[in-house]
Amino acid sequence: MGELLLLAFIFLFAGVVAVPIASRFGLGSVLGYLLAGVALSPLLTAIDVDVIAIQHFAEFGVVMMLFLIGLELEPRRLWEMRNKLLGLGGLQVVGTAALIMAGAMALGQSWSVALAIGFILALSSTAIVLQTLSEKGLMRSDGGQSSFSVLLFQDIAVIPMLAFIPLLALPELSEIATGAADAGHGASAGADVGDVGHGDAAGHGETGHGADLNLVAGMAAWQQALVTVAAIAAVVLGGSWLTRPTFRFIGMARLRELFTAAALMWVVGIALLMTLVGLSPALGTFLAGVVLANSEYRHELESNVDPFKGLLLGLFFITVGASIDFALLAESIFSILGLTFAVVALKGLILFALGVAFRLRGAQRWLFAFSLAQAGEFGFVLLAFSVTNNVIPPPLADQLLLIVALSMLLTPVLFVLYERVVAPKFVEDSEQEADTIDETTNIIIAGHGRFGGIVNRMLRSIGYEPTVLDYSSEQLEMLRAFGFRIYFGDATRPDLLHAAGIENADLLVIAIDGREQITELTRYVTRNHPRVHVIARAIDRNHVYELYAAGCRDIIRETFDSGVRTGRSAFEALGIHPFEAERLAQQFVKKDGRAIAALADVYDPDVPIHRNEAYVARAKEVRETLDAEMKGSGRAFSQRADRGWSPPSLEDVKAEEEDGKS
Amino acid sequence: MARLLLYYAHPGHKYSHVNKAMADAARRVDGIDFVDLYGAYPRHNIDIDREQERLLAHDVVLFQCPMFWYSTPSLIKEWQDLVLEHGFAYGAGGDKLAGKTMMLALTAAGPADAYTADGYQRFPFRTFLTPLQQTARLCKMRFAPPYVLFSSLRAPSSGEAALHVEGYVKLLTAIRDDRYDFARVDAHDVVSHQTLPIPIEA
Repeated sequence: MGELLLLAFIFLFAGVVAVPIASRFGLGSVLGYLLAGVALSPLLTAIDVDVIAIQHFAEFGVVMMLFLIGLELEPRRLWEMRNKLLGLGGLQVVGTAALIMAGAMALGQSWSVALAIGFILALSSTAIVLQTLSEKGLMRSDGGQSSFSVLLFQDIAVIPMLAFIPLLALPELSEIATGAADAGHGASAGADVGDVGHGDAAGHGETGHGADLNLVAGMAAWQQALVTVAAIAAVVLGGSWLTRPTFRFIGMARLRELFTAAALMWVVGIALLMTLVGLSPALGTFLAGVVLANSEYRHELESNVDPFKGLLLGLFFITVGASIDFALLAESIFSILGLTFAVVALKGLILFALGVAFRLRGAQRWLFAFSLAQAGEFGFVLLAFSVTNNVIPPPLADQLLLIVALSMLLTPVLFVLYERVVAPKFVEDSEQEADTIDETTNIIIAGHGRFGGIVNRMLRSIGYEPTVLDYSSEQLEMLRAFGFRIYFGDATRPDLLHAAGIENADLLVIAIDGREQITELTRYVTRNHPRVHVIARAIDRNHVYELYAAGCRDIIRETFDSGVRTGRSAFEALGIHPFEAERLAQQFVKKDGRAIAALADVYDPDVPIHRNEAYVARAKEVRETLDAEMKGSGRAFSQRADRGWSPPSLEDVKAEEEDGKS
Repeated sequence: MARLLLYYAHPGHKYSHVNKAMADAARRVDGIDFVDLYGAYPRHNIDIDREQERLLAHDVVLFQCPMFWYSTPSLIKEWQDLVLEHGFAYGAGGDKLAGKTMMLALTAAGPADAYTADGYQRFPFRTFLTPLQQTARLCKMRFAPPYVLFSSLRAPSSGEAALHVEGYVKLLTAIRDDRYDFARVDAHDVVSHQTLPIPIEA
């Protein structure tokens, strides 16, 4: 127990200290974790920690990441992006892998090792690039969009790569491994195709859990095939049919942590099923993710799994950092550095050529080439996986690890180079590009009850497709019948907002119930995402002040307008001319607005209204004036309503006529 | 029987002296259609289809309103802008109003003699109506001389108002009964309760 706590504390501490520092220097979280691992390395060696065992545990983060990638892949959106995705992404991965393979073979590697190296180095760092692009506001530029397409394609390409790499296994490595494993634990290595999470790391002397649990090991080939198909069908059908009832059932308990438990259960269960039938858990969860991408529980699943994924991947990168062999780097620093520069240059060259072929203009071409020229975190995953499956011998893997890590370290440098040197040369181009209109206006509506529902319908009526978040299963059921796309979850949770894309949102409509929740959500968004225009629903007048103090400048009282309309209808029912009734209602609104402004000065969010003497006094005064004016005893209101179409007095007319004659 | 459509437009209906009395009297005339424009569209959201159907169902369209700044109240302008559509009232295929009559019943605060080159209004009264006259012409409608009350603010005390309202009812019933002789007053600038082209009842 004590040991576990110690380890947990060491890893968490390293992450908490290193990542903010790395972010500060524009290096991104991945490099932060890597550096934390580097720093931890001597300590871990000193207390004799099995880093590789931890790394295998942390690889479950990759399984989760693929589940989340699957969730992001709406089939419809993929179809819209198909040209860039397949063209740019496909050519980048295939071209880079092929050229690197050729290079590796020229350096004396066998074709299978060279191909694995090609796969590993062809991938770029999604984590670093997307984070940097959005930090620098380049996500929506042509170059940024193209980079995104390529990264997305790479994320998908990892799946077949994971399936393919075990086929490249070197017989001599397998024999050594099998021998070692047989001697140690009697487990067979390299048999569990695509098992990332519980990879049998016989080469490093661990037991593979996967092999122990494999159900299909003793079956005939046709039985295996049948079981495999059945398992995949179970994932697809289960994802489609079981999610809704499961979440409805859980919803009855109204406990937030149960959703987290259910989401984790989902992912772990699928991974387990895949392991049992000898398939890749990553592939299985990815499939499940795609199946759930169109579900209304998507954001809820995403926000629940995301922190675990983040932590596990962080741990994974720390272990990668900890296993960097510095003796090796010192020993062959020139060859490693040379190879790193060569890889970056080669990748950049291919990207630049693709940029030309796909008509990226001026600076965008450079942005595209610079941003994706590094190798990425998937490289680590594939590398660990290749070693596990006896594809790449460990000494070579150590060198590759250094190359991948160093190329990632170069990325911030390349971005600085782009910003300082390249971009300024293309100023005219970027001005032209500003003309391209961004069609995707991102709107989030929090709360889809009687209030938010109207806003949603209005926005949809002119062609927008807001992302709608609601916490009521009944609402969901009903709205799905009408074909709306709405997502299940508590909109006041920052992680759900994040999953719904608050970072890139242009507009947030807060239409949830509950005064405190509305204020809290408003405060959170105006503080953390000041760029987002927030329209907030206010319960009453005092709530307007609270929301104003919380930073909202577009506040709508939920029942005020319907109250005014009812008052106007009452006027008309009393025989007041409809136009007069309209004018009176307008005057009332205007007056009331002034009263709100008058009281805003004396409102103090920290003092309860009934103890705020200045407020109470002013409120009385304002209310009395307003009442008097409405009753007509005060002159001001009726005079104001008269202005406009009341005729001049007879005296005025006379004076004017005489004036005109003289 | 001519089908008469009367559009009444006065945003300050409550404070009106003459127009209110005219509208109240007109409402009581049987066999004509009375529309209070500001009552029907207090938020200026004019229903184009409904108004065009109304126009198609009538022969004479009469606007009753006060003169505001040498023109009509703004809602009548809004009505023109929206209802007199291309393809309906003018332009290609826009002959739906051809042969109908447009007429105005106006009240003006200034006296008749102000509307001369020497008067303080500087121009003849009809000069200010040329946009409406041309609108009727473009819609292939006949523009009949308007029924006008000058010095409308003095009218209630001088007794002119009562006579004007009385003449207005006669005018409406005469148009309804096809006894209003449009041709006889064509050359006149304006018509008053004294110059109504209606034959004396036998």
